[in-house]
Amino acid sequence: MGGYILKRLLSAIPVLLGITIIVFLIMAMIPGDPATAILGSYATPENVARLNRFLGLDEPLWRQYFIWLGNMLQGDFGRSFALNRPVLDEILDRFSATLILAGTAFVLCAVLGIIAGTISAARQYGFADKAITFVVILGISVPSFFLGMMMILLFAVQLRWFPASGMYSIWGGGDLPDLIRHLTMPAIALSVVATGVVARLSRGAMLEVLRQDFIRTARAKGVHERRVIWGHALRAAMVSIIPVLGIQAGFVLSGAVYIEMVFQWPGVGRMLVDAILKRDILLVQGGVVFIAACYVGFNIVVDVAQAWLDPRIKT
Amino acid sequence: MSLFLRLLFRNRLAGFGAVVLGVIVVLALLTPILPLHPPNETSTANRYLRPLSDGHLLGTDHLGRDLLSRLLWGTRLSLAVGFAAALIAGLAGAAIGVIAGYFGGRTDNVTMRGIDMLMAFPYILLALAIVAVLGPGLLNALIAVAVVNIPFFARNIRGITVGIAHREFIDAARLAGMGHTRILLTEVVPNVVPVVVIAMSTTIGWMILETAGLSFLGLGSQPPQADLGSMLGEARSALITAPHTSIVPGVMILLIVMSVNLLGDGIRDALDPRLRSGALARPMAATRVDRREVPAPQDEGLLRIDALETQFQVGKRTYKAVNKVSLDLKPGECLGLIGESGSGKSVTALSVMGLVASPPGVITGGAVRLEGQDLIGAPYELLRSLRGKRVAYIFQDPLSTLHPLYRIGDQLVEAIRVHEPVSHAEAHKRAIKLLEDVRIPNAAGRVGAFPHELSGGMRQRVGIAMALANDPDIIIADEPTTALDVTVQAQILALLDELRQRRGLAILFITHDFGVVGQLCDRVAVMYGGRIVETGPTQEVLEAPAHPYTRRLIACVPELGEGRRILAAIPGLPPAVDQLPEGCAFAPRCDKAQDACRHGEIELKGKNRQVRCLYPEVAP
Repeated sequence: MGGYILKRLLSAIPVLLGITIIVFLIMAMIPGDPATAILGSYATPENVARLNRFLGLDEPLWRQYFIWLGNMLQGDFGRSFALNRPVLDEILDRFSATLILAGTAFVLCAVLGIIAGTISAARQYGFADKAITFVVILGISVPSFFLGMMMILLFAVQLRWFPASGMYSIWGGGDLPDLIRHLTMPAIALSVVATGVVARLSRGAMLEVLRQDFIRTARAKGVHERRVIWGHALRAAMVSIIPVLGIQAGFVLSGAVYIEMVFQWPGVGRMLVDAILKRDILLVQGGVVFIAACYVGFNIVVDVAQAWLDPRIKT
Repeated sequence: MSLFLRLLFRNRLAGFGAVVLGVIVVLALLTPILPLHPPNETSTANRYLRPLSDGHLLGTDHLGRDLLSRLLWGTRLSLAVGFAAALIAGLAGAAIGVIAGYFGGRTDNVTMRGIDMLMAFPYILLALAIVAVLGPGLLNALIAVAVVNIPFFARNIRGITVGIAHREFIDAARLAGMGHTRILLTEVVPNVVPVVVIAMSTTIGWMILETAGLSFLGLGSQPPQADLGSMLGEARSALITAPHTSIVPGVMILLIVMSVNLLGDGIRDALDPRLRSGALARPMAATRVDRREVPAPQDEGLLRIDALETQFQVGKRTYKAVNKVSLDLKPGECLGLIGESGSGKSVTALSVMGLVASPPGVITGGAVRLEGQDLIGAPYELLRSLRGKRVAYIFQDPLSTLHPLYRIGDQLVEAIRVHEPVSHAEAHKRAIKLLEDVRIPNAAGRVGAFPHELSGGMRQRVGIAMALANDPDIIIADEPTTALDVTVQAQILALLDELRQRRGLAILFITHDFGVVGQLCDRVAVMYGGRIVETGPTQEVLEAPAHPYTRRLIACVPELGEGRRILAAIPGLPPAVDQLPEGCAFAPRCDKAQDACRHGEIELKGKNRQVRCLYPEVAP
């Protein structure tokens, strides 16, 4: 297993390099001159040239890439001109908030989705299956930002159960219960679509497994039906559910951008949108590379979990 | 096509989706000629009018603009953008996929690595990066959404193209001297188009949602132009004071995406042959029983199957897999049940403990009595407590019948602990003992192995050990040696025979091989077309078969050292059990068949030896 993890980590290196190249190339396509953008249109040509040299923009493209990459590896993601602070500091400040939000939503979608899908498959065409299928269809069709707004309207404005926005109360908050009160609505709103997708695929995977011969063997042994479903069948179905969870993590991370906007959550997603609107390119660049790298890391975790669950995978 | 539409509309939800989407699309198309307020006409006196106000059916927004008009114009824009994004992503992705899949080799490798890189991003990050470069705007959002979805299409289409590129007609075209471009355009693309169209139709809702999302963030359509997403984004600041301005566009997005999803699901289901045939149905914990009358009990033997009828009900068709089959098994006896594939022998065996997959299987008649207790229609809990405890099964292919992800020791331990409340350690010890009993060398070491780490013969020994776990009275062995090679087969048979004698087991042995029956079984029953056609002591049946089918079946067994002779295959095929002929089911393949064989019910006659034939080879 240790060897497999190492192998998987090594194989992530070209992917990470590819990600940096793609981001770098996209950013290099920006029309216009960054120095002019920073200094404003009244800047003198000498000042523009000086800044260009300072930013390393007079170098050929490939050298710029390696300089940028080298700096990033040393933890220097550049400086956000809109916020006037190092990009990495800003990202790290914001990332924990996103991690809490997306992590909670991911756990919710995995647990609820798998349970709903399993029940749905076990009661195929029964009332529970139809009810779950209906909720799932609704869930995967509702835009998460609209759902979030409606939740604010109902649970924050009408019922006053949860605060409408932010991560902590401004006055006298900051502890765990306060965080949970603020987290509940955004985490649920963020998890709904992914829960629907996971439920759907779990149902399909379970139906596929339930027709297999080893399920009949378990029944022939006299194993209780509950254990046949939640033990034998679900264990085998997990092999095809786990990769889906890896993909869903990406969707949850993506959806966090909308949810952070709706609930004023101080995360990386909101930071990115603000940075785009302010044309703060280095912040966008650094943020995208950082999150993509985290996602690659998470996918390694998923693969390792998969190998651990399925002994047939050569480790 | 009409079948496809019928299947689509039989799915009520898909029909509902089609109708809703149809209405929305028609409204969007008609928007320019409908009598609406101009969408951008502001009126400060009429800000935030509630729905159903005079002249404004859905009310007005923060600038006093008519919401209904803006909704329809916004819908028009969102639909167009979503459709365009799907089209661009579909075409570009398909082009990449076809080229990579068709040319293969390095082209494929390089392209697909690039696609993998793109897929390593959470999708919105890439879209955000693209919008960051191009600047906010609806067209840029469209491009971003399209680019982000290219990998999905490229991957799917590549997979399909690879499948096509190695087919014979492509080789034929190449041999005929056609160039790559021509082959691609005339042979590959037409085969790929339907897949692209289906993939597009299922992702279009997704594209609409994504562009609406970018607009919601303020990165898509810019004022005064508004799609549904930017309407929602603008309305957000007035969420509490004028919620209708948010609800109106939000519900519209929900309706569009939901109807597209429902329709997409419907299309996919209607095209899936497995769903049509009901093959995706999940088998229940016990076979469904729907029987009108119960045969009177006859207490004889350990296990008595009486006039058992098991059917498969698929759509309007009924397959009579088991048709009034009666068998009995005495303690310590080995009964062989023999027949060709599809004769109903396995279904008979599985019916005993309610293990026939249901749906589609239904037990429609007869009784199965274990020491007088009827198992057909017995409560599930009773059936479960007897499964493995009194009656155990050994199945054909041990690779697919053992759980692939559990260690064999754990599977044995589970079999023991399900029926007996012993500690895990105690059960583990017994599991090792069981493995030793079935002659698995180094049992203590093998107990932690996974099924895929064992050879076929070893796996089947594990299957036997599992059947023996609770010292059952009866073992039902369903072709346990068919998947094994001959030497292993002989070992397994010897093992079964030894275990039977040592433990006093009764065995119901299902096989299609008379050679195996001769080695192991005291008595034999021959099945054909769901019915028993002959029964009797093995030696007598082997030496003097009474039914023409039995005679032909025995003649099929090649014997070593007999010199060259013609292998006597039986011409024709076993009958389809949904349309059995009247009279004898074997008559169409029988060389002795007379007119009388094709009419009426032919009885199973005799006492010790029984035969269902009007003109038996020997008198029973």
